[in-house]
Amino acid sequence: MIEFQAVTKRYDDGTVVVDSLDLTIEDGGITVFVGPSGCGKTTSLRMINRMIDATSGTILLDGADIRAQSPAKLRRGIGYVIQHAGLFPHRSVLDNVATVPVLLGTRKSTARKQAAELLERVGLPAELGKRYPSQLSGGQQQRVGVARALAANPPVLLMDEPFSAVDPVVRDGLQEELLRLQSDLGKTIVFVTHDIDEAIKLGDKVAVLRVGGRLAQYATPAELLARPADDFVASFVGRDRGYRALGFLSAQGVPVGPVATVALGASAEQARASLDNGWAVVVDEAKRPLGWVSEGSLSTVDQVRPEDLVSGGSLFEVDSGTLRTALDSALSSPAALGIAIDAQGAVVGGVVADTVVKALADARRCGEVPT
Amino acid sequence: MSVFEQVWVWLTSPDNWAANGIPLRLLEHLRYTATAIPIAALIAVPLGAYIGHTRRGGTLVVGLLNSVRALPELGMLVLLVPAMGLLLAFEALTIVLVLIAVPPLLAGTYAGVRNVEPSIVDAARGMGMSEREVLFGVELPNALPLMLGALRAATLQVIATASIAAFVSLGGLGRFVIDGNALRQFDQMAGGAVLIAALAITAELVLAGVQWLVVSPGLRPTRTRKRKATT
Repeated sequence: MIEFQAVTKRYDDGTVVVDSLDLTIEDGGITVFVGPSGCGKTTSLRMINRMIDATSGTILLDGADIRAQSPAKLRRGIGYVIQHAGLFPHRSVLDNVATVPVLLGTRKSTARKQAAELLERVGLPAELGKRYPSQLSGGQQQRVGVARALAANPPVLLMDEPFSAVDPVVRDGLQEELLRLQSDLGKTIVFVTHDIDEAIKLGDKVAVLRVGGRLAQYATPAELLARPADDFVASFVGRDRGYRALGFLSAQGVPVGPVATVALGASAEQARASLDNGWAVVVDEAKRPLGWVSEGSLSTVDQVRPEDLVSGGSLFEVDSGTLRTALDSALSSPAALGIAIDAQGAVVGGVVADTVVKALADARRCGEVPT
Repeated sequence: MSVFEQVWVWLTSPDNWAANGIPLRLLEHLRYTATAIPIAALIAVPLGAYIGHTRRGGTLVVGLLNSVRALPELGMLVLLVPAMGLLLAFEALTIVLVLIAVPPLLAGTYAGVRNVEPSIVDAARGMGMSEREVLFGVELPNALPLMLGALRAATLQVIATASIAAFVSLGGLGRFVIDGNALRQFDQMAGGAVLIAALAITAELVLAGVQWLVVSPGLRPTRTRKRKATT
């Protein structure tokens, strides 16, 4: 547990970047500090491992004042990941990962062996260990950065905008990877970002900070979207928050209706016969969806071929899906019918937008939705 | 005989390679260089590393360096030898050569340490390295390419300047240039110059080899093979 008690950081020129911050960070979850630039989120993070010392107030780590031990000793027990990974260019990837264990006195050969295992854990092939950071892509470097922070198995991990310098597709992969890792490791992670979507995706709890270093709201992502504390938080959380809040509601209550399917390679005649409302989903042998065919797309061909398919919208997984994925699948489908799939990816039915909205209304009635 | 042939004859003449000829002068020249460079490094590297690491006093040191660079070497030597006495001519020469070697070494070390990517230093500190570990484990290894570049430049300059040793009866390869000039023996003069140049080039090659050996492969500048980026 990390506790901020009336923590203030004021620079010599009088600028207050963090203003009397009181905050308790629970163990075993991801806590995100988010806010516009100048809100003191990075400063707050860096005060935890004493990269910056607070002007006044106290920070407790598991009940003990962080000033009780030397900065170097404190930091060796806290994982640290920064924006551009900050890998040591002169050391091999393996030696980069082994840094903290070696500092703590682990034998180099042992530390390297553990480092190789850690690389695999963050989704990198162990062969990469022999390379140097400059030979890796940005995403790979960031993974190495995470592996390096985990090397000494610290209970707490500080991550300072770790994914903001990579392109959106890579960032998405890194975020998924972090969530997967976290579900295995259950670290106490403090994560700084300026991207509210990232905060909502990753955070178990989100602390929204406003310029001048004051805490605007500290809540779960769902609560933040449903009940922003004030106009600042509402505007920072941004547009579509009602829609995004659906991402926190399970889609168990959404009825899955039938959907017309046709096998790839079927004759146009067969396909036409199975159309429902003018559309049918084309599936492969494992019943996985490939795309749609319609009256129009079938009129000029005599067989259902891959190149004639109308591409489909997003898919909705029945067991783990949320109202957001259910609604989006319906809205993005060319047939206005969202494709529902099971965990293996096979088509099990279709959902229409109306039923999702109705499920939302039901959930509201039962009080599952914070209003 | 053309000038080149004359020089070639002088350079290959067995008489000139007698023990008290070229080998002696070469050894003297090497000795002056090999004395001055380590002393200069002993002064410049710790100082440069300190101001590069703490980022304190940089402007002052750079200003000082520039003024030292403006000093005329020969004039200084001619001034120092009478002042210190002929018996201390070697020491006077060493002082002059050290003064030449310190500025590039200091500037190279300072710039090398200072220019290490701030995020790397931040990461090093954030992982719990002490200031000492940051300097020796991260900053200096990353500064090595620049430092060794400076060492090469300083060595080149010292080898060239050590020729002035002959002015104060200390010999060295400059002896041939000065004698040749005085006696109007152009083969000797040019031959001496060629020897100095050859020594400089050899030193440069040796140090380039050392640089290749001690600098981490991760810091080598030319990486034309771009690895396939997968994420």
